[in-house]
Amino acid sequence: MLSDRDRIFTNLYGVHDWRLAAARQRGAWDNTKALVANGHDWVTEQVKASELRGRGGAGFPTGLKWSFMPNEIDPERPHYLIVNADESEPGTCKDRDIMRHDPHLLLEGCLFAGFAMRAHAAYIYIRGEFFNEAQTLQAAIDEAYHAGLIGKDACGSGWAFDIYLHRGAGAYICGEETGLLESLEGKPGRPRLKPPFPAAVGLYGCPSTVNNVESIAVVPTILRRGAAWFAGLGRPKNAGTKLFCISGHVNQPCNVEEELGIPLKELIEKHTGGVRGGWDNLQGIIPGGSSVPVLPKSICDSVLMDFDSLMEVKSGLGTAGIIVMDKSTDMVEAIARLSHFYMHESCGQCTPCREGTGWVYRMMQRMVSGEASTDDIDLLWDVVGQIEGHTICALGDAAAWPVQGLIRHFRGELERRILERQGVGRGVADAASRAA
Amino acid sequence: MSAGANGGGGAKPGGFTFSPENLDKSKAIIAKYPNGYQASAVLPLLDLAQRQNGGWVSREAMQYVAELLDMAPIRVYEVGTFYTMLNLEPVGKYLVQLCRTTPCWLCGCGDIRAACEQTLGIHVGETTADGLFSLVVVECLGACVNAPVVQINDDYYEDLDANGIKAILEALKRGEAPAPGSQTGRQTSAPASGPTTLHGPGGA
Repeated sequence: MLSDRDRIFTNLYGVHDWRLAAARQRGAWDNTKALVANGHDWVTEQVKASELRGRGGAGFPTGLKWSFMPNEIDPERPHYLIVNADESEPGTCKDRDIMRHDPHLLLEGCLFAGFAMRAHAAYIYIRGEFFNEAQTLQAAIDEAYHAGLIGKDACGSGWAFDIYLHRGAGAYICGEETGLLESLEGKPGRPRLKPPFPAAVGLYGCPSTVNNVESIAVVPTILRRGAAWFAGLGRPKNAGTKLFCISGHVNQPCNVEEELGIPLKELIEKHTGGVRGGWDNLQGIIPGGSSVPVLPKSICDSVLMDFDSLMEVKSGLGTAGIIVMDKSTDMVEAIARLSHFYMHESCGQCTPCREGTGWVYRMMQRMVSGEASTDDIDLLWDVVGQIEGHTICALGDAAAWPVQGLIRHFRGELERRILERQGVGRGVADAASRAA
Repeated sequence: MSAGANGGGGAKPGGFTFSPENLDKSKAIIAKYPNGYQASAVLPLLDLAQRQNGGWVSREAMQYVAELLDMAPIRVYEVGTFYTMLNLEPVGKYLVQLCRTTPCWLCGCGDIRAACEQTLGIHVGETTADGLFSLVVVECLGACVNAPVVQINDDYYEDLDANGIKAILEALKRGEAPAPGSQTGRQTSAPASGPTTLHGPGGA
């Protein structure tokens, strides 16, 4: 288990004060000027060497992403750091804790990240529902300006750096980086075609990089303790610590910071008091927020919680929002609710997603009631495959994957319902269930 | 702070203008964005208008914001209809938003909904006759380890059960301000029986 000494988010639960004085006692904003003095490229190189991968879902190497920004600043096209605080992935509530309990970690991270990519301004795009969190974060920004930590001469480093907070207004799609940029420009959050990528043409047509809150908030500690320290935690190519959100049927749902690569079972048993009714009462787990496929107990028994291990079992770490479902769960309904979510959140721009998510939800409703034929399962599989990869952004994929996970691992349950509805004897249905 | 906390000033038929205080706020908001990109302020200004207008944005308010930002009104309507937090019709003083997504559903959001409908005597999608409560269902509010969650105006009420939400609604009816956050008294997102980590002095 990760030792408390290696935890970055030491005020995760808000036991202590979030304000500047207390944050400084916990180590924030310590020696920032000297670290900045090492230069733009040094910061990027450290983050590269730390092997930090983006904490917002896709897991792209953060330092590498920064290095896509131009090295020279065109005076007509200033650089922007955009922080994605539009936390809306079902099962995920970690960035909220960072912003309300340790906002200065995020703000100092913004300075380092912005400096690394030669940006003089950062916009933090926070989901509109997080009103109180935005109040706290804005107060922290005001404190940082007042103390000279950001502003015309951030920390006395000679680098001018502004941080602006921007509240969204209820649209999951604005968590997609180019949807976010559109929204920040005052438009509906409809994702843009890529390329061009934001590093070339981003906010206001200028070079921009969008990073998740957690990715940015871990940077100050990485720079202070050294890239090797962070890279030494977790597993190769899956380095560092990670905030996990464990919800659903566990005895004590919670957020917790642990090492990447921790076994899923250990994570749950250590921090949540275990699955309700014991591990053997487990039916399945969605390990990384609603967009990643559900895993049956047999895989949960031994899978490790990191990007590559979860990819190997055809799921994903995503945001590390872990949704635990015990044997009492109607698994079909659980996934159907996610289908409803994606139908509701589709921006409507791409036909396969706009039409497909609605179709999938209606079909999933029939799967819940069993009012379908067993051939419909194959049809559903086929249709979600036609949504996946055929849309501008990944929302189409995210709508497809939960259904694919359901069919892959719980086909027997789908068939059982259908046969039962058709009046086939329970014994036959059970046999079909066992055979699947 | 409630959605209607800034009062109902400015919502006259046939016209909407910001109160002097909100006009100052709007200028500070517009100043966050580079010259020529004032359209970026459309969401924050619509939010401000909604708060001033008792929780919803009228057509007139959108037209006013369009004028203020030098945008075509259609561009503002397009934003107004895209984002779920912008209410295009009047809502009750308390907008009760029930999370329905899977993590809340696993923890019994159905019971919360039933308790709300019973306590308020309305169905989802309706407003009480006294104009005090509107009940709506929303997708994931992003507080999943504290499920089930209900958002009332700007505040989250977490770790709810049927009796808990009932007590909150009754308190609001009496004009009280029930404390938001976890209703079981646990420390935010920590395990209920206490943190399993961060035991060191100063939490470090």
